[in-house]
Amino acid sequence: MLETLTTFLFGRLSLESFPYHEPIVVATFFAVVLGGVALVAALSYFKLWGYLWREWFTSVDHKRIGIMYMVLGLIMLLRGFADAIMMRAQQAIAFNGSEGYLNSHHFDQVFTAHGVIMIFFVAMPLVTGLMNYVVPLQIGARDVSFPFLNNFSFWMTVGGAVLIMASLFLGEFARTGWLAYPPLSGLEASPDVGVDYYIWALQVAGVGTTLSGINLICTIIKMRAPGMTMMKLPVFTWTSLCTNVLIVASFPILTAVLVLLSLDRYVGTHFFTNDMGGNPMMYVNLIWIWGHPEVYILILPCFGIFSEVTSTFTGKKLFGYTSMVYATVVITILSYLVWLHHFFTMGSGASVNSFFGITTMIISIPTGAKIFNWLFTMYRGRIRFELPMMWTIAFMLTFVIGGMTGVLLAVPPADFVLHNSLFLIAHFHNVIIGGVLFGLFAGIYYWWPKAFGFRLDPFWGKMSFWFWVIGFYFAFMPLYVLGLMGVTRRLRVFEDPSLQIWFLIAAFGAFLIALGIGSFLIQIAVSVLKRNQLVDVDGDPWDGRTLEWATSSPPPGYNFAFTPVIHYNDAWWDMKKRGYKRPLEGFRPIHMPSNTGSGIILAGISTVLGFGMIWHIWWLAALSFIGLLAVAIGHTFNYNRDFHIPVEDVIATEAERTRLLSGQVQA
Amino acid sequence: MSRYRAIALLPVMAALSGCNLVVLNPSGDVASQQGDLVVISTLLMLLIIVPVMALTVLFAWRYRQSNNTARYEPDWDHSTQLELVIWAAPLLIIICLGAITWVTTHKLDPYRPLDRIAADKPMPAGAAPLDVQVVALDWKWLFLYPEYGIASVNEMAAPVDRPIRFSITASSVMNSFYVPALAGQIYAMPGMETKLHAVINEPGSFKGFSANYSGAGFSHMRFTFLGLSDGDFGAWVNKVKAASDTMDRSRYLALEKPSEAVPVQYFGSTDPKLFKAAVERCVAPGSMCMGDMHAIDRAGGLNAGGLAAAEALLRASALTDRPAGSDATGLCTVAEAVDAAAPLAATTLAPISVRKAGTPAGALRPADL
Repeated sequence: MLETLTTFLFGRLSLESFPYHEPIVVATFFAVVLGGVALVAALSYFKLWGYLWREWFTSVDHKRIGIMYMVLGLIMLLRGFADAIMMRAQQAIAFNGSEGYLNSHHFDQVFTAHGVIMIFFVAMPLVTGLMNYVVPLQIGARDVSFPFLNNFSFWMTVGGAVLIMASLFLGEFARTGWLAYPPLSGLEASPDVGVDYYIWALQVAGVGTTLSGINLICTIIKMRAPGMTMMKLPVFTWTSLCTNVLIVASFPILTAVLVLLSLDRYVGTHFFTNDMGGNPMMYVNLIWIWGHPEVYILILPCFGIFSEVTSTFTGKKLFGYTSMVYATVVITILSYLVWLHHFFTMGSGASVNSFFGITTMIISIPTGAKIFNWLFTMYRGRIRFELPMMWTIAFMLTFVIGGMTGVLLAVPPADFVLHNSLFLIAHFHNVIIGGVLFGLFAGIYYWWPKAFGFRLDPFWGKMSFWFWVIGFYFAFMPLYVLGLMGVTRRLRVFEDPSLQIWFLIAAFGAFLIALGIGSFLIQIAVSVLKRNQLVDVDGDPWDGRTLEWATSSPPPGYNFAFTPVIHYNDAWWDMKKRGYKRPLEGFRPIHMPSNTGSGIILAGISTVLGFGMIWHIWWLAALSFIGLLAVAIGHTFNYNRDFHIPVEDVIATEAERTRLLSGQVQA
Repeated sequence: MSRYRAIALLPVMAALSGCNLVVLNPSGDVASQQGDLVVISTLLMLLIIVPVMALTVLFAWRYRQSNNTARYEPDWDHSTQLELVIWAAPLLIIICLGAITWVTTHKLDPYRPLDRIAADKPMPAGAAPLDVQVVALDWKWLFLYPEYGIASVNEMAAPVDRPIRFSITASSVMNSFYVPALAGQIYAMPGMETKLHAVINEPGSFKGFSANYSGAGFSHMRFTFLGLSDGDFGAWVNKVKAASDTMDRSRYLALEKPSEAVPVQYFGSTDPKLFKAAVERCVAPGSMCMGDMHAIDRAGGLNAGGLAAAEALLRASALTDRPAGSDATGLCTVAEAVDAAAPLAATTLAPISVRKAGTPAGALRPADL
């Protein structure tokens, strides 16, 4: 009787679900609790809760949401990197009969969590955050098309992250690898909550990603400033458009394939089971039809960042704008025609393998063209080696190596000997760190002054840069060697002692990267303290070329008092050349969207719904589903959607900017 | 410049010479060709990668802000000739690499029987390949030798310079069968049969393992691949034959249960239909083989046609005399019965059994599914 009641109330949740027998997890738990208590206490002491709720959590301002995405991405980077350090440490010591310090139950969760977190909750939020912040500014808009949806999307992403973090202290995470191939992720091989955490975290976050993709496509298509035709779009906006098209076209596939996997696990269907006509290979196909476009979703906006940065810091128009745009579009389309290269070794015929191998290689042609375009943008330029440019050069030198090994892996017979090896691990870290992450850092350093009104401290920035770049080479070049020695991925213990030296070098590299991350955090703290010396008064610290540099740093809530009219690709550069004069009168009230708490409430309920489903607490799931519908319908009756910024406020804001600008001229 | 680079590379070279890059220096002809392809493709791509890296460094240095002597053309953003070069140069490399890819992918298709023993050794006329059936279990490898009626766990052997034809499957989750010294990998997947043709050209003991993560015991899922001279191979076969264990269905079901770091085991005799049953997922008594299920589905599932087919299968089962006490029961035996009652099978099973000439029903290439 009691047992029935507890099962009804708590589902699969019991005292045994707390991993108190894992000392590492317990220690982490207490550290997190202490940190959390300190944070809550500080926020309460300084009475910041109301401020955070009104000005940030419920904000529909694309700039605030963008910043919150960046904060989420950086917090999750620390978690994902902690997993990386644990793996490197385990693999560096588990030799000569030593089992290392992680058992397989723990180690297998660590590498799964590392992959899932780094892709879905680090790279995606950072990329989405930059797009959110920059795209409306670059096209001269006041916000995105659907500001409430933007807030809701962000909180759904947070909901997914919360579920993943919960799995650390409550139950376990999946032990399947980051794509959770069945039959290993099926009910028979993985009966526990790990795979359910995986499914629900990605489903909740996936809603956010898809909606934010729709939002940004609409924004770019419909809200461009007058005169900004498609071929006058800044390159970052172009790449963002292509990325969001990819998101909208591919994330529903991920959602669908995870729904099918859930049906297998929850209601006993046989889509991907071994028996009763199930077909696990269908899952592998579907997940990669999403998964390959996903890597272009991450890299394309970074290509955009490099284009903006190269052009700005060489003081030169971007070489080959048109071919850059076409290259981006070609990559967008081709990214759907290559997914099978992830499983050449599953027994497809030679013609099928050749087809997908060659389509993969073809992608390197537009990508190569892009590299050449950046190269010839530098040619006959005046290169200022500020941090964003340093990251760009590091990217160009690093990414071509990763690109080369990628094309190598696209040759099916070569893939047969390198698939799933550490060579593959080295390859994709080479393009994701060397491409996406270096791009994100370039973007963060480039747009930080715009977002906060002061630059980041260059000394600690250079420390971070050199630790990261050198650390990257130390961490991943040994993995190429190990791959050629026939060492496969996801191994917890090793037999051959001659491999150990390479793992030690890789662990040293991870340590250097840790210093790089540490320097980055110190840099933010130092820059905040020194913000008066690093201040950006006129909103254009780099002598920029695109519209976001036309407004103040940080921009006012309405971005632009008057919507600019565009005549030229590099709109702001053109305005500066023509002797643009900031309008000082004729201001009018500005129509803006109102903040709302519905987004965070809906996402919160969705997270609880996911939690109920994971633990089979059916009443909770049912209740939250009803709650979700009720709040969603209730929100449609909220007619308090918009307001006008009074003209006096606009005049006051603009007068303050005028004062600052004239002050600078006198100084 | 290049001399300094060579000096800088010396420690790297020294370190590399100390380790065994088995992927580039394997002992089997297939792996050798794949390793060569890795080198050739890399060299081909370096043709463009090296100039790009050099130009990046050169331009970054030459056009630095402090260098006032370099030309500065802030509005130069287009050159048709350059555009032509930057699209054509990668295109040419990819055309070459694409052609190499097409040819070698077909030539080194793991499903394709070998046409040579080594670069300098043509295939002798009438050479019959050694058949090895591989089952990936949680977490060990089972090898069946239908030619000799023997089986082994976590150790396999093959004579030097004799082609090997692997038939590969798995019992529960996906693994990948990989002996780097021998040939590239191919997945081992439950309910499916994959093929690999390879040959070992040097005697020795080589490492084999699963190259696809398959759960808790994955790290220890290793086996030894022995390349032996003809005489030694004969001795190895005799050693295995001398083992008293039999690899039959009940032994298989016991072995199939998850276990880690399993020692080498030999089985002197085997159930010849075990591998087919493993592929068709009907080793356990009472389970229906996939081929039978396909046959019923093809004939109309639970409609009249399918039921008639099922009934015909059952009738065929009754026709065959099975020795009493045989452990095989249920519809699994029907598939065997159908073999015996060939004329009947020809009428009811025709659509599936002729699907691919020479391929047993159920043993489809995954791509067909």
